[in-house]
Formats: sequence, structure tokens, C-alpha cells
Amino acid sequence: MEVSSKLKSGISRYIPVYIALLALSGLQVFLAYARLDRNRLLASMLAVAILSAALAIMYFMHMAQERRSFFWSLIPATIFVLLMMNMIWSDSFRLLHMRPF
Amino acid sequence: MSESEQSMVLGHSAAMEPSPYAIPSRKLAMWLFILSDACTFGALLFAYGYLRTASPNWPTPFKCFPSILHVSIMTVVLITSSLTMLGAVDASKSGEKSKAVRWLGITMVLGAVFALLHIREWAGMIHEGVRLFENPWGSSLFGASFFSITGLHLLHVISGVIAMGVIARGYSRGSLSAGHVESTALYWHFVDLVWMFVVPLVYLMSIARPQ
Repeated sequence: MEVSSKLKSGISRYIPVYIALLALSGLQVFLAYARLDRNRLLASMLAVAILSAALAIMYFMHMAQERRSFFWSLIPATIFVLLMMNMIWSDSFRLLHMRPF
Repeated sequence: MSESEQSMVLGHSAAMEPSPYAIPSRKLAMWLFILSDACTFGALLFAYGYLRTASPNWPTPFKCFPSILHVSIMTVVLITSSLTMLGAVDASKSGEKSKAVRWLGITMVLGAVFALLHIREWAGMIHEGVRLFENPWGSSLFGASFFSITGLHLLHVISGVIAMGVIARGYSRGSLSAGHVESTALYWHFVDLVWMFVVPLVYLMSIARPQ
């Protein structure tokens, strides 16, 4: 028991997440040069970034080890606030077609 | 029990209430700070997206060499520093003081390397003529948005390196606890997390493609 817990201690247990984060960053660079159209590129970049962020929050920041109530109190509220900021987009498209200068 | 003893017990009982979510209040405070900071960066990145969408002549100046190569190296350095920070947290939790301070030192060095590479990247951009309100390529808003987003992130990195120095000193002297190391680690991982959004949205969406 003690031996197995010692083996699992230290940074070695985070190495798979570390490698996954490096690989996801590499994937983003690859996608940038993959000649996707802009919308598809943005969607794929954001998907990869959100996956990286989720890995970092759950394993590096140990959210996976906290109580579930902690996760459900903080993360959905933050995501809601960030989503509400998306209301600006229609105006940015309007500006593109109705440039005042 | 005398009245004064009773009031002391009652007074302390409020302080001894179980923490919500069963985590120390220091850690909860750091999480709340991180979430509010996430909204600050979110607002900046959305504003950047707004300006970019509304500007038909948005510059795409980032060449594979040196910009994207620099940014890739910076990403590796920052993610590695998150790993070494985890080493500090683990060592501090198991009471290995000198090991924890050593890991904190390595993380500080990696943070400083990141900041230096970032400043070098900025110097390259400034050398090419990018200023806050002008640049040689297109929309004049490019410089303002580029420098404010990357600048705020750089400020977080520099603050983190300084905070780690203070925590390492206090922890090695015994005035700070393993909880302080853990809270600082949360902040540092958040700095890493923000970079994962800054790189694709600011740099990789604006790479220079050969004509």
C-alpha cells in the first residue's frame, strides 16, 4: 500500500496530462497551417483550447479531487458569464457592413 | 463555565465553522479571484474578436519564424513550469521543505524565461513598426489589442514569479504553509490556462501565409 502510494507521488503522475497538453498545443499549430476556412479554423482552435483548459483545471488545479458541489457552484456560473459576453457579435458584423468611416 | 469563557467559545465557534466545499478559505478565495480574472481575460479576448470581425483589413503578421517558433517555445516553457509547480505542491504537502523550494525556484526560472522570450517577441514587433495605434500592415487597432492582451498576460506572469519568490522565502523560513504554495500554484496554472487561449486566438489565427 505504502509502496504504491509512493510510486504515485511526485510529478510523475502528472506526466500524461503534461504530454497531452503539449500535444494539444502542437495540434493547434498544425491546424493553423492546415488551410481550413476561417470559421472552421476558429471552431477547431477553440475546441482544442477548451479541451486543454479542462485538462489543466481538472488535473493540474485538482478540481477533479474537490467536492462536486464546488465544481457545480463555480464553473457553470463562469461559463454563463463568458457566454453572455457573446452578445456583441451581431454588432461587430453590423459594423463591418455599415462602417462609419 | 463563566460568562467570559462562554463568550470566548461562542466567538470562536463562528471561526471554527466548517468551510463550504471542505476547502480552506485561502484556496476558495484564490478560486474566486481566478474566476473573476477569467472574466477579465474573456472580456479582452471577446473585444479582440469584435474588433477583428469589424475590421476588414486586420493584419496577419505572424511568420513561422520567428514569431510562431517563439510562441511554441514559450508554450512549452509555460506548460513545463506548471508541471514543476505541481512538484512544489506535492513536496510541500509531504513536508519536504527544501525540495518544495527547489521546485519553486525551477518554476520561477521557467517563468522568467517565458517573460524574457515574451519581451523579445514584443521587441521584434516594435522593430517591425507595430505601435499602440499604428502598424505598417492594416487596422490601427491591431497594436492596441495585441499589446493589451499579451501585456496583461505578461503582467500576470511577472506577478506570479514575484509571488513565488515571496512564497518560497516565507515557506523556507516557516512563516508560510503548504497551503500558501498550493494557492500560488492555482494562480500559476491559471496563467498557463489563459495562454492556451491567447496563442490560438491572437497568434495562430493571424499567421502570415505565403502569397
